[in-house]
Amino acid sequence: MSYTLATLLGVLAALAVDLAVLRTRLVTRRVWWVAYAIVAFFQLVTNGVLTGRRIVVYNPEAILGLRIVYAPAEDLLFGFAMVLLTLSTWVWLGRRGIQNEPRAGRRADRPGERTVP
Amino acid sequence: MRFSYLAVLAFCFLGTLWLELFLKVNVYRRWRRLLLALAPTALVFLAWDLAAIGAGHWAFDPRQLVGIALPGGIPVEEFLFFLVIPACAVLAFEAVRAVRGWPAGDEP
Repeated sequence: MSYTLATLLGVLAALAVDLAVLRTRLVTRRVWWVAYAIVAFFQLVTNGVLTGRRIVVYNPEAILGLRIVYAPAEDLLFGFAMVLLTLSTWVWLGRRGIQNEPRAGRRADRPGERTVP
Repeated sequence: MRFSYLAVLAFCFLGTLWLELFLKVNVYRRWRRLLLALAPTALVFLAWDLAAIGAGHWAFDPRQLVGIALPGGIPVEEFLFFLVIPACAVLAFEAVRAVRGWPAGDEP
């Protein structure tokens, strides 16, 4: 199996986890897409270093050959699947009441006070 | 050169640390939930990595690695990658929540 096909299956599997298995439905939420856009931007920067400096090298037979900032386009799908699986699990755990507190943007000692104006 | 890959990971870790320290996203503070969230991703993607290295999809420049390998030939940097990058993603996600207040589905 090529890396191309593997990443497509990876994205489908991550979507299945988010929508059907854990039912966190993150891909229907604005918070996911904004967070993912930020992560994807920094992925282009750091993965560009990993691939541009040839720290990681790809077999041309395993990829389509379309490259974005030195990296195979497939890497974006790989990253999407990895981040979605992680965040779906993270939200699922919170939904089950596992360390839902202290919430983001709140001081642990003063939970009524926001750190963001 | 040996520290090239490790330096990229350090950049990601240090570059997001301010979200924990100053924005107070409280992700590392909730370390048990973080570890539980990272575990399935790390297992699945390390298995993928192992299979991809075995199938010859990608390889690493040994001159840019510290030289410690896990069973199966996975460089230690690659193992760290599957912990550091997902943790950075959780930090970014919680930072967006903290700033914008948008719901994510786990609100009490």
